[in-house]
Amino acid sequence: MNGLALFGLGIAAALGLGVAAGAADEGMRIHAMLFAGAAIIAVFFLINRIYEPKVSPAGGSDRIDYNDGVVRAGAIASVFWGLVGFLVGLTLALQLAFPVLNFDTAWLNFGRLRPLHTSAVIFAFGGNVLIMSSFYVVQRTCRARLAGELAPWFVFWGYQLFIVLAATGYLLGITQSKEYAEPEWYIDLWLTIVWVTYLLVFLATLWKRREPHIYVANWFYLAFIVTVAMLHLINNATVPVSLMGSKSYIAWAGVQDALTQWWYGHNAVGFFLTAGFLGMMYYFLPKQAGRPIFSYRLSIVHFWSLIFLYIWAGPHHLHFTALPDWAQTLGMVFSVMLWMPSWGGMVNGLMTLSGAWDKIRTDPLIRFMVVSLAFYGMSTFEGPLMAIRTVNALSHYTDWTIGHVHSGALGWVAYISFAAIYFLVPPLWGQARLYSLRLVNVHFWISSIGIVLYITAMWVSGILQGLMWRAYDNLGFLEFSFIETVEAMHPFYVIRAVGGLLFVIGMLVMIYNLWRTIRGEVRAEAPMAGTAAARA
Amino acid sequence: MAEKEIDELTGLPTTGHEWDGIKELNSPIPRWWIYTFYVTIVWGIAFMIAMPSIPLVNDYTKGVLGFSQRDSVRQDIVDARAAQSGFRDRIEQASLEEIRDIPDLFDFAVAGGKSAFSVNCSQCHGAGGAGAPGFPNLNDDAWIWGGNPDEIFDTIRVGIRSDHPDTRFNQMPAFLADELLTREEVSDVVEHVLQISGQDHDEDAAGRGKAVFVEQCSSCHQESGKGVRELGGPNLTDAIWLYGGSRDEIRKTVATARNGVMPAWEDRLDEVTRKQLATYVHALGGGE
Repeated sequence: MNGLALFGLGIAAALGLGVAAGAADEGMRIHAMLFAGAAIIAVFFLINRIYEPKVSPAGGSDRIDYNDGVVRAGAIASVFWGLVGFLVGLTLALQLAFPVLNFDTAWLNFGRLRPLHTSAVIFAFGGNVLIMSSFYVVQRTCRARLAGELAPWFVFWGYQLFIVLAATGYLLGITQSKEYAEPEWYIDLWLTIVWVTYLLVFLATLWKRREPHIYVANWFYLAFIVTVAMLHLINNATVPVSLMGSKSYIAWAGVQDALTQWWYGHNAVGFFLTAGFLGMMYYFLPKQAGRPIFSYRLSIVHFWSLIFLYIWAGPHHLHFTALPDWAQTLGMVFSVMLWMPSWGGMVNGLMTLSGAWDKIRTDPLIRFMVVSLAFYGMSTFEGPLMAIRTVNALSHYTDWTIGHVHSGALGWVAYISFAAIYFLVPPLWGQARLYSLRLVNVHFWISSIGIVLYITAMWVSGILQGLMWRAYDNLGFLEFSFIETVEAMHPFYVIRAVGGLLFVIGMLVMIYNLWRTIRGEVRAEAPMAGTAAARA
Repeated sequence: MAEKEIDELTGLPTTGHEWDGIKELNSPIPRWWIYTFYVTIVWGIAFMIAMPSIPLVNDYTKGVLGFSQRDSVRQDIVDARAAQSGFRDRIEQASLEEIRDIPDLFDFAVAGGKSAFSVNCSQCHGAGGAGAPGFPNLNDDAWIWGGNPDEIFDTIRVGIRSDHPDTRFNQMPAFLADELLTREEVSDVVEHVLQISGQDHDEDAAGRGKAVFVEQCSSCHQESGKGVRELGGPNLTDAIWLYGGSRDEIRKTVATARNGVMPAWEDRLDEVTRKQLATYVHALGGGE
């Protein structure tokens, strides 16, 4: 296996150097050299690994030697990319409020930083959290060590390379200009290899499980991995201009391309940001609360209805466009029917806490989880509402959409991720508990205020914007010019930036807390309203 | 596998599964959840019957309400036009002079002109028509191509140096770039322009520059520099500058010429809208 891996890395390095030598454009040359560099570094680590003395797993025969090294690396990567993504988001919020912050350079202008932000938070932060937590959860709930030794590490490092290639590409101006699918063809191919390996590692671990049933969290993780692979392949079907150049053209054209794009885009929300994170919720919430899952039947019904309905909802992104009426109707109908299947996860999560509600006073991790489910419920109600064509006529292209996305992204995705990371770091580094639960609580409140400022500012700004766009005077003329609507939104952009700043500060508090935890320190502090240690 | 048991807190049975200490209750699905789900499905089916929804081989089901996005937008436009048709018909018939004299027609034209201006013109001339370097201020009394309603209307119709066959056109030479004048002559003529516009200048150079100006510039700007409106030659003495009145900016204008462009609107906006625009711009304050 090691020999095969070395051979593969050698080919990869040669390929990278070859393309770098004959690259058709500067961006491709830089990326090819990055790729070759990554392969060469990997060779050294692999050789090091081969000559490392083998340690046999400690403990008795019934003790499973879980592969937690890659989970630890994933936790660090999650926190790192989270901070990067939030900082870029804050920069963008400030640029919108104060355009002078574009600094008149191509590399830092809004157009290039925006995909950097969305990809950093969704794919770098969210993706690492999902991969890391799925590797942890699948091992525990299957009572089996992660399949493969090199493969999980390949998934981890391969995914980081994908992130670096995508991010540097945006700043260099390399993009296929599809929202949330900006990376060009060769980066897409690389991600495909990594993702298929991820799928195989996950499946093989399920295969060797020592539990009779597959736990619900793993259904959601598996749905996320399989569907994202399918979405990625179909939406990124491109024809490269040259095998030596970065530019490619999408195989689809016109409204077909738009529909494929939003089929992809909406299911990135559905399967990446919803299904995957529901998988996390289904493990970390009952663990932290110490309560059984409320309803097995509800988990089955809402899982299958969610999976079946989500995939059709994409056309609601294309209301009032060239998309035929019938496709718009279907997109809207499936979005509305999706309301309850989405809420099933919230109901199952919140009802799992029945009998443990007192913990919300004493356990800030439970606070993060409860608020994340509340935001999940709110944004999955808001989503179907905004998919209704008459509501969409007002909300589309306005900041309301941005607010909606962030109530899901900051409130749901980030909060359940924070809870999972706080949960995981002490056991992963062999510590009994976090450095400080009170600091977790500080993080919770600072970022909650940040989210509320962000979302309310975007609601007001978005609805104001939508109403101004459609305002007519009594003689039947448009009331406002575009620039007047932009001026009206300025104060809300400033409020939004303040909200984003608070969210970043909360993240810094978290990093400090985790850092002290990893060093094995415990802060001398009074427990929160009684018993602090929720986990036995 | 764990045994099926009764959860103490809720009194509900578990399924008997257990993973890493996590158990599941065998609770029924909440009624309100399942019924709300059914309602959305029933509504979905009803909505699909009402609206265009099912793709067929060469067509799609039109729905019993017969809704069509294109038809509805078409109807909205017809309705909007019908609501304004009284005024629009009268504007079409009236001359610009007459529009100014009929109060309700004038109000309508100014409102429509303002709306059209903010969509089509404000990008260059500013939201209030105050202009920007390279784009004339429409509030002041300086008009390069004339400031009465008919002249404004015509400028809007044909544009300036546009691709319209009747466009307003002139071309100031790039005196230095095209080697029509030497570097010294350019400096001298700039000093002369500074002099006639009442700014600090070099007396000797301005004297030399006057001869150059009379020879090269006066056909469009007059010997006095007050401009020739028929030719679109701007007045250089009124302290109003399209591209800036500093020594450096004037030098740049003389050396390389500017020759800005305004698009023709005849094919983009209908006559009624253009009449409204002319009325609005004329009413901004500087109209003649």
